[in-house]
Amino acid sequence: MLRISRREMLQRLGATLTAVTVLPLALPVRARAQAAVAESFISFTAEEAQTVKAIVARIIPSDENGPGALEARADRFIDRALAGALKASRPAYSTGLMAVNAAARSSRGKDFSQLSAADQDAVLTSVQQTSAQFFNLIRAHTIQGTFSDPFYGGNANFIGWDLIGYPGARTSVSADLQRMDKKPEPSRKSAYDYGMFSKGEA
Amino acid sequence: MATMLKKTNVVIVGLGAAGGVACLPLALAGIDVIGLDAGPRLNTRDMAPDELRLNRRVWPPGPQKTQGEAPTSRANAEGNAIQGGHPMMNAVGGTSIHYWGQSWRLNPWDFKVRSETIRRYGASRIPKGSTIEDWPFSYDDLEPFYDKVEYTVGISGKAGNINGKLDERGNIFEAPRKREFPMPALRTTGFTEKMAAAAKTLGWHPAPGPAAVATKSYEGRPGCAYHGYCSGAGCHINAKSSTAVTTIPLAEKTGHFSVVSEARVTAVEVDNNGRVTGVTYVKGGTEYFQPADVVLVAGYVYENSRLLLLSKSKPYPKGLSNNHGQVGRHYFSHNQGSPVAAMFPFNLNNWYGLPAQGIAVDNWADDNFDHSGLDFIGGGGMYVYTERRPIASVNGLAGWLNGTPTWGSAWKAFVKTNADRINSAYLQKTTLPYEDNYLDLDPNVKDPFGLPVTRITAEFKDNEKKIAAFMQDKMEQWYRAAGATAIQRSPIGNAMGTTTHAYGGTRMGTNPETNVVNGWGFSHEAPNLGILGASVMGTSGSRNPTLTLQAIAWRTADYLAKNWKSIAM
Repeated sequence: MLRISRREMLQRLGATLTAVTVLPLALPVRARAQAAVAESFISFTAEEAQTVKAIVARIIPSDENGPGALEARADRFIDRALAGALKASRPAYSTGLMAVNAAARSSRGKDFSQLSAADQDAVLTSVQQTSAQFFNLIRAHTIQGTFSDPFYGGNANFIGWDLIGYPGARTSVSADLQRMDKKPEPSRKSAYDYGMFSKGEA
Repeated sequence: MATMLKKTNVVIVGLGAAGGVACLPLALAGIDVIGLDAGPRLNTRDMAPDELRLNRRVWPPGPQKTQGEAPTSRANAEGNAIQGGHPMMNAVGGTSIHYWGQSWRLNPWDFKVRSETIRRYGASRIPKGSTIEDWPFSYDDLEPFYDKVEYTVGISGKAGNINGKLDERGNIFEAPRKREFPMPALRTTGFTEKMAAAAKTLGWHPAPGPAAVATKSYEGRPGCAYHGYCSGAGCHINAKSSTAVTTIPLAEKTGHFSVVSEARVTAVEVDNNGRVTGVTYVKGGTEYFQPADVVLVAGYVYENSRLLLLSKSKPYPKGLSNNHGQVGRHYFSHNQGSPVAAMFPFNLNNWYGLPAQGIAVDNWADDNFDHSGLDFIGGGGMYVYTERRPIASVNGLAGWLNGTPTWGSAWKAFVKTNADRINSAYLQKTTLPYEDNYLDLDPNVKDPFGLPVTRITAEFKDNEKKIAAFMQDKMEQWYRAAGATAIQRSPIGNAMGTTTHAYGGTRMGTNPETNVVNGWGFSHEAPNLGILGASVMGTSGSRNPTLTLQAIAWRTADYLAKNWKSIAM
């Protein structure tokens, strides 16, 4: 079990509440019940979620340079966005994820998420050629989920911003923070932690 | 049938950088003005420092008619025009809300490119096919209006030339100004100081750029917070001097100006004598007719020509004020393309700040250097600046990978090292109007109302391409002097495409055979129709257009106020 901060807990709770309110009433009761469980996925089926987690973990892996996209919860970012702002991409994920698993099974005999990291990399390298459009899509969303404001559910614990040295959202920046001879202290804040801004669609 | 509204003195179509300025001198003169804008009113709560929202999702909030009417473009008449996106913005304040705020004056040369080129180098040096004319007035004529705009909206900067007295702390190539800027320049950063020092080692004259950004408390607005998210975004504390927080509220205070937001103008109407009578607009699904003594069309360049061409009538069968066939002609974009980018072997700490917080070098702009031995006229301004966003910093490395994979551990290591080591220069180069570069209505592509969108037919010619190559050399030299270890030059390019610095289509000039508006900005054909914005400009110079188009808009409004009876009645 991951240890999570109170702030992150609130964020997750927020995500869940948002999810419940945006779900159309016509959706089956089962789906709504699933969404009400804090850690369940909003858009992805359980199988799809396994594949997405495994893919984002290879696009930006956890390694000697620190935690990666999975730790940043890029998978959760994508899941949430596909029910909202990125809704139009949902069908591309259904077919794209199926294609990834099909490639994994035909070349390695197992679902993508069951393969070793090296085998996953080999499958992804081939998918990058055979399903270039989907690969580019999930790569772009993995980057967004890792480096965007944590408000959207990714970049957990500022993993993405720490990786590249972005010192975080601020509403005011002193001259010292624009010098080259010292590294600015990270703000550790989302834009929306400042309470000054209306929020867009998560 | 449109709902008839009560007549007013002046209706302004579009409350952006130009219309948002023109309303003030008119309202101050006691003339009743109604300003229409297709977009909403925004406020500081809409201005979150959130890259995903600003660059990847829907921003600005509210109705954006421009999204459905982005122009199509093609390089030449043989090409197929394709519709792309464009950052035109519908909101009260328009693009002055999300622009960089660089607020340069043009140079005296820019007003007399034709005659000065002939005088200095001979008539053969005017590029073939160019329709370039001298402006109908000089820099000196516009200087008082530059001054009014700078002090009213609030421009920060450091003067380099006050009444001919040069000051190396400012830009010594700028045109002589009567007095210092109302506020000091934006502060320097570690990176901009490094670039300035490098320019000096080359014998050049680096200077801070002037900005429509307050650097101290000014007319009730605070100074800049340097937090980033200035480009393509509004200011969260109203330090950016957009018309939405300066001239528009000042005009409203007079009691002679009212704003109608989310009102989309579909036509300018005329009577049988060819005088304009008002505008038709749609708001909330209802059509209105707003009668007025005078109409000022103040949309973006692509929209100004389009609205005139769409407003066909008996007196103007080819579109309003187009009986000479000049609407849409003399179109050009600022030659902003073919940039140069550099990689440094150290972090630049460019995460914060704003594009207006930069360093300019004008040694190679305009006619600031001798062109006798060269095969082009004009030149370019070089500019480096701050502000970097996390997702863009990662995606921006795509062209630097040099064989490194685009994902995985090796990619991650590359991103970690280099995210803050790239800088891309902004090179603004002289662009001339040509006979076969123009705007018209697209025969196929229509907006959601079923009205044709603007079609751009324009390509860079030899003169522009030669300047681009020349400026890339200079920029590379500058970056190398500052310690860059790798340089990338983008291709010079052919098609102009859509641009944030578009000019022409309703050019200003004394000759009605070659210009749509006269030297004051009023139609040669419909005497009570004025046109505001960069669509009236006949040259680009090497500088951002906004301050100049604002000074011209103020001058047009001032002329209208002083000659009210002869124009309006």
